[in-house]
Amino acid sequence: MEKPRPVIGPDNAFFWEGCKRRQLVFQKCKSCGHVRWPPAHVCPKCLEYDWEEIVSSGQGIIYSYVIYHFPYHPGFREELPYVVALVDLMEGPRVLTNIIECDSSALACDLPVEIVWDEEGEIPIPKFRLRKA
Amino acid sequence: MGRVAIIGVGQSAFVRSYPGGIRELAFEGFKEAILDAGIKVSDISASVVCSAPEYDKQRSPAGVIAEYLGLNPQPTFYVESLCSSSSMGLRVAYSLVKSGLHDIVAVIGFQKMSEITSAESQERMGRGADIQWESPFGTMMPAYYAMYAQAHMAKYGTTLEDLALIRVKAATYGQINEKAVYRKAVTLDMFSDPANPMSGPVASPLRVGDCCANADGSSCVIVANEEKAKIFSKKPVWILGLGSATAPVNVTGRELFTGLAVARAAAEQAYKMAGITPDKVDVAEVHDCFTIAEMMAYEDLGFAKPGEGKDLIRSKETYKEGKIPVNVDGGLLSKGHPIGATGGSQIRTIVLQLRGEAGPMQVKDPVIGLVHNIGGVGLYGNVTILGRE
Ligand SMILES: [Zn+2]
Repeated sequence: MEKPRPVIGPDNAFFWEGCKRRQLVFQKCKSCGHVRWPPAHVCPKCLEYDWEEIVSSGQGIIYSYVIYHFPYHPGFREELPYVVALVDLMEGPRVLTNIIECDSSALACDLPVEIVWDEEGEIPIPKFRLRKA
Repeated sequence: MGRVAIIGVGQSAFVRSYPGGIRELAFEGFKEAILDAGIKVSDISASVVCSAPEYDKQRSPAGVIAEYLGLNPQPTFYVESLCSSSSMGLRVAYSLVKSGLHDIVAVIGFQKMSEITSAESQERMGRGADIQWESPFGTMMPAYYAMYAQAHMAKYGTTLEDLALIRVKAATYGQINEKAVYRKAVTLDMFSDPANPMSGPVASPLRVGDCCANADGSSCVIVANEEKAKIFSKKPVWILGLGSATAPVNVTGRELFTGLAVARAAAEQAYKMAGITPDKVDVAEVHDCFTIAEMMAYEDLGFAKPGEGKDLIRSKETYKEGKIPVNVDGGLLSKGHPIGATGGSQIRTIVLQLRGEAGPMQVKDPVIGLVHNIGGVGLYGNVTILGRE
């Protein structure tokens, strides 16, 4: 079975367009400066519409993580065990992602990570790996 | 306006697979509560029916259940907040009674988790993730408690053994609760034996033994105004405090992962309304859908300082004889977790404790009890404080 893929709509197309350019882009509110995530057509802090795009450096730290041993979606059966993590990006947003190319026993909260693009599907998906020293 | 009381409580046995339908299941908790309250069905002036709809095959179950329980033509309606549905139902019932709109209200919680096949259940759990920002990464909601566990362990030095101690405690009381779905003992050795199913990893750091048991079950709480409570009940239990809060569904929108923000906010409201501090609580029921959830509850409810929950379980202070007994009915871990029925069952346990009718699980002479009931992974939080005269 195939893995679930991004569902692209008017509110989030800019994000996946960024991914196609291998860029992690976020919305910064033009009115109050809040960097919001996940994408929304309106700022949750000040309820204004206008925003500009900022490009993330792709650097962050692991806030917390889980090692999956059970395929909640059958598309991930082949990947077991795999790591789902919350990564705090330098630019502010906390994203949900996978940590790949790693020995899961080497993971810990607060370790630095960097972006790596998963090219398996039509749209590259932003994942992370431990930052090389 | 007078006080609001609970005058009757009931629950079905929690079982792996209930043979009847949702009507029969709901009837079991309802009948026990009616008999407990010593009222007639016609004395109930409204009913609130609580469950999580993803397990229901029946559309608009409130009407179907009200008919079966003989609750026509009184009004009925459905309240849903995932696993905290029946605590939310109690909150609504309190308002209905306090406002004077109704004098006696039944809060009926039920869930027939076995109504759907395990394949359907898994498919629905998968749908529980945000298809846009979560599903592409192979994640789903319940496993997020593991994210909290990892953060709690990293920040405070809580260990896997501390979590296992909570499961051992739950099983101690599950064994003596004849309505529990899991009646067997659990030992620490099971968690350290790789051949034992309890030690099997599900979403690390959580293991099979850290997770609660799915169950079919129902619960019922009869809420009354002060006048009716004095007529019908020799031992009314008063609703002293209610707190309720929400958090972002999307976990990336949350700041705190070493506790549940909803529990802290709901507890603060409930303590304030009741005019008490956490040290006044004599017995508590907390939402231990996973062992880490009980650990965080100790801290979120103020029974321990943040990071010191582990000391409570290590020193057995949350056992029946301890400083603050928690989940001495087996909790969700052993008693079972039939989503919509869970909050009502927790309330029942505390009401029986305060009336001194909890049998082998009875705590010594409690005056004030607390119920902590969470929906989703810290999405909806309800805290209820109850007291006797
Ligand atoms: Zn703004």
